[in-house]
Amino acid sequence: MNRIRRPSDFFSGLIFLGVGVFAIVQAIDYPLGTLRTMGPGYFPILVAVLLCGIGMTLVGKSAAGEAENPVTVSLWPLLVVLAGLLAFALTLLKAGLFVAIVLLVMIVGGASGKYRPLASAVLALALAAACVAIFVLALGQQLPVFGEWFDFRFW
Amino acid sequence: MDILANITLGLGAAITPSNLLYCFLGCFLGTLIGVIPGIGPTATIALLLPITFTLEPTTALIMLAGIYYGSQYGGSTTAIMVRLPGQAESVITAIDGHEMAKQGRGGVALATAALGSFFAGTVATILIAVSSPLLTRVALSFGPADYFSLMVFALLASVTVAQGSVIKAIGMILLGLMVGNIGTDVTSGTHRFTFGALALYDGINIIAVIMGLFGVAETIRNIERHRVMPVIAGKITSLMPTAQDFRNMAGPILRGTGLGSLLGILPGGGALLASFASYALEKRVARDRARFGHGAIAGVAGPESANNAGAQTSFIPMLTLGIPSNAIMAMLASAMIMRGITPGPRVMTDQPVLFWGLIASMWVGNAMLLILNLPLIGLWVRLARIPYHLLYPAILVFCAIGVYSMSSSTFDIYVMAAFGLCGYVLMKLDCEPAPLLLGMLLGPLLEQNLQRALMLSRGDLMTFIERPISATLLAVSVLSLLLVALPHVRRKREEALQD
Repeated sequence: MNRIRRPSDFFSGLIFLGVGVFAIVQAIDYPLGTLRTMGPGYFPILVAVLLCGIGMTLVGKSAAGEAENPVTVSLWPLLVVLAGLLAFALTLLKAGLFVAIVLLVMIVGGASGKYRPLASAVLALALAAACVAIFVLALGQQLPVFGEWFDFRFW
Repeated sequence: MDILANITLGLGAAITPSNLLYCFLGCFLGTLIGVIPGIGPTATIALLLPITFTLEPTTALIMLAGIYYGSQYGGSTTAIMVRLPGQAESVITAIDGHEMAKQGRGGVALATAALGSFFAGTVATILIAVSSPLLTRVALSFGPADYFSLMVFALLASVTVAQGSVIKAIGMILLGLMVGNIGTDVTSGTHRFTFGALALYDGINIIAVIMGLFGVAETIRNIERHRVMPVIAGKITSLMPTAQDFRNMAGPILRGTGLGSLLGILPGGGALLASFASYALEKRVARDRARFGHGAIAGVAGPESANNAGAQTSFIPMLTLGIPSNAIMAMLASAMIMRGITPGPRVMTDQPVLFWGLIASMWVGNAMLLILNLPLIGLWVRLARIPYHLLYPAILVFCAIGVYSMSSSTFDIYVMAAFGLCGYVLMKLDCEPAPLLLGMLLGPLLEQNLQRALMLSRGDLMTFIERPISATLLAVSVLSLLLVALPHVRRKREEALQD
């Protein structure tokens, strides 16, 4: 791994190269057409080839030049935020806006430093109430406040 | 007299009670969010975009423009009163503005910023009103080949003035073009890169991408930075600049306005670049350079005027040519497209009320900010103190609701989350997200114009060189790339962007 002097060049190059190759494999099935009458495959292939070129240049560059610091990614905040958004998307229609907001806020509260469950819960309830007021009552957007899970039927 | 008639038409649209109200709301909310440390204008607009969905187009654009300069104003308030490391948008104002605040002259710095911005905004508004009809006439004579070259020029030029590696920025543009390909091809009806998923047939929603890149990814990056508590500088005693202050700020404001107006029109230009350039210029022309960095009023007046002028004139290429020059204009362009208005030369002729109303509202908005903000500074400073761990959940909630309410599809929330992930990882690899957005927005147009140009020329590539406009634009694009590639210029460019 000591050959990689510029990890940010190396990894971004790999990403560009990966997307480029993947796009070529996909777009190879689309009719290419000619320069005069371009098919739907022409432009994507053109862009993908250029993307591969950029990717390879970056990977090549990563072996030379000034060494830079290693790239550090903090996985925890990233994963927690994504988990919160997924929970929101999954529950929004079934459980409704109120519950989805509470879930999102309670989950992402764990992303930074120390987790304070009580403070998070208070913030969650306040935000849920505020958002219902702003988006549903004031702006009149079509959002279920409480979803079908709360459609109790006693008859 | 045409201009006068147009401005009257615009003022008529801008000062209807509901448009005035939304202009005010935009300025107010923009400042409110913009004041929060770590949230720049781009993120502020991304966050507040959903609020405008239910409004009619003219009102929505007026509000969005208000949000834009409101957020800039909020950013400079934070820069002057609160010191936070690593905030790109108003880093220049912070250098001397915060020093002034520490010397108890924070109020004067804020007043200088407000006055400079107002003056620059007024001049830039007139400039837009005068130059837009001319540019529109030019744009209407463009053929497909010219448009293609213009877009190539806009994309490449935006890369050369941006921060960071040029190769990576070109990679990001291409990545954006690739994302723009997703969906049903307009000419042939072929489904490209849809993987059989119905949700992808209409392509990827650009607003979801914007919220992912500038809302979610930015938030993750801010959480990770282990935010330090901001340092608030002294109390505000007097807002009124002295006679000496007025004399010291007049020159920088004039120079900043000129420089900013010019840089705002360039692709990739806009507010940020303008303030950097103005600071460098002021430092060069100043008789007493030692004062810079120790509370020189010129270091606030120049960049603040330049930044507002640049913000305003960056509307010109978007409104007249349909080519957004930076991420913020790309967002406003998407907001227009969402309502069925294609940004470009036809807007002025087909939607004169929208066009001139927007321009007039810029001036109205700037006047409002001047009146609104100075008395409210106490409130803004208190807002800037709210700890981030209370703010970021609210930001994420806003993003999630906003992106859903746009088309009532939970799929867009997943798209936003995915682009949040991509944006974060790419930012970590020193790849700025703005070129991706420009590429995604211009991708379909680039392809259509390429197809049309080559169909008209019967497949002859020479058409791009034979047409004078196209040839000039391509030549300038190649030249600017070559210039950046030269080692000497590259070093200069890094210096200029750093200091």
